[in-house]
Amino acid sequence: MRKPKNLGILLGILVLFIGGSFVLPIKTPPHVQLPAEPIAGGGLLVLTNTMTAAWASIIVLTLLFYFATRNMSEVPGRFQSLAEMLIEFVLNLCTSVAGKERGRKFFALCATLFLFIFISNWMGLLPGYGTIGVWHQVKVEHATAVQASPTANEGAVAQGENAEGHQVLYPFLRSASTDLNMTIGLALISVIATQIYGFRALGFGGYASRFINLKGPIDMIVGLLESISEVAKIVSLSFRLFGNIFAGEVLLGVMAFLVPWVASVPFMGLEMFVGVMQAFVFMMLTLVFLTIATTGHGAEHEAEQGSH
Amino acid sequence: MTDQGVRLLAAAVAIGIGAIGPALGIGMLVSKAMEALGRNPEAESAIRLNMILGIVFAEAIAIYALVVALIIKFV
Repeated sequence: MRKPKNLGILLGILVLFIGGSFVLPIKTPPHVQLPAEPIAGGGLLVLTNTMTAAWASIIVLTLLFYFATRNMSEVPGRFQSLAEMLIEFVLNLCTSVAGKERGRKFFALCATLFLFIFISNWMGLLPGYGTIGVWHQVKVEHATAVQASPTANEGAVAQGENAEGHQVLYPFLRSASTDLNMTIGLALISVIATQIYGFRALGFGGYASRFINLKGPIDMIVGLLESISEVAKIVSLSFRLFGNIFAGEVLLGVMAFLVPWVASVPFMGLEMFVGVMQAFVFMMLTLVFLTIATTGHGAEHEAEQGSH
Repeated sequence: MTDQGVRLLAAAVAIGIGAIGPALGIGMLVSKAMEALGRNPEAESAIRLNMILGIVFAEAIAIYALVVALIIKFV
């Protein structure tokens, strides 16, 4: 800001916003709910807002790559070079970790995971996600996440705070990775695909010997630990992604509630960084697990040749 | 202590103590990465990539603690 007049205007705006947030504070604190809110349907077939956000991510991804590949030329335009950057990044990573031919085989799954998680994480920061929705009346106390409990809750009446119904907003769109169902689904895809690739690469006996190894007592225990660690992979992959993105959403909501307009800005930057990193880490872990699964015992030196 | 009070305390303790380990871990990791970078500035991209990978693993443990705290508070 060279001119002091511009600086003065900026400071004036900041003072206006921050001062206004003290004069007209947001009365209701952000309503945080772990499970995704349903916006349509009932009974077994329920449409949640994370589902619609996932559909939105799919549509955005499809449109992005449609416009990128429409008039492909040697000198790429903007969409095409963006798509090329993303694809090249994932492809280089896959080939550097898994070797040339295995990298290309794993590329499809890893690129899908990376792009889907990346786009849905970043789209969750757009205005409208979490803010546009339907107001619902809830009658239970603030700490529980059940919409309308059929049994009376004595603690709520004694609290006095949310004794009668108060209104909470059920947004139409909520970042897809904030739903534990979504992240567990992605983790299951990743781990089950690992098993399938392992069986394909090493044959049934070769891959099963990783888990069921009857050579000696220590090998049997190692096999058991390997199977437990497969389940632990599902849990850790899903909870890492879910925790990061959901906690980020809670953080943004609380920050906006505390100091509106100003305090959310650095946290938006943090959330953008975390969104990219979580997508990258999910893809990286899937890639590493795939590489380990398709590497037999005797061929471990081959993995070292492929790595950078 | 009421049930609600203990829940609040539990949520705070869960994330408070749960973040100590990962914080120490990340600090050690980054310090070693800085050291390696000082010894061999040419390997910067490799060091950076692996450091970020290690940081994300360590942070995942803090995220588990945070998820437990959120479940205690909101479910």
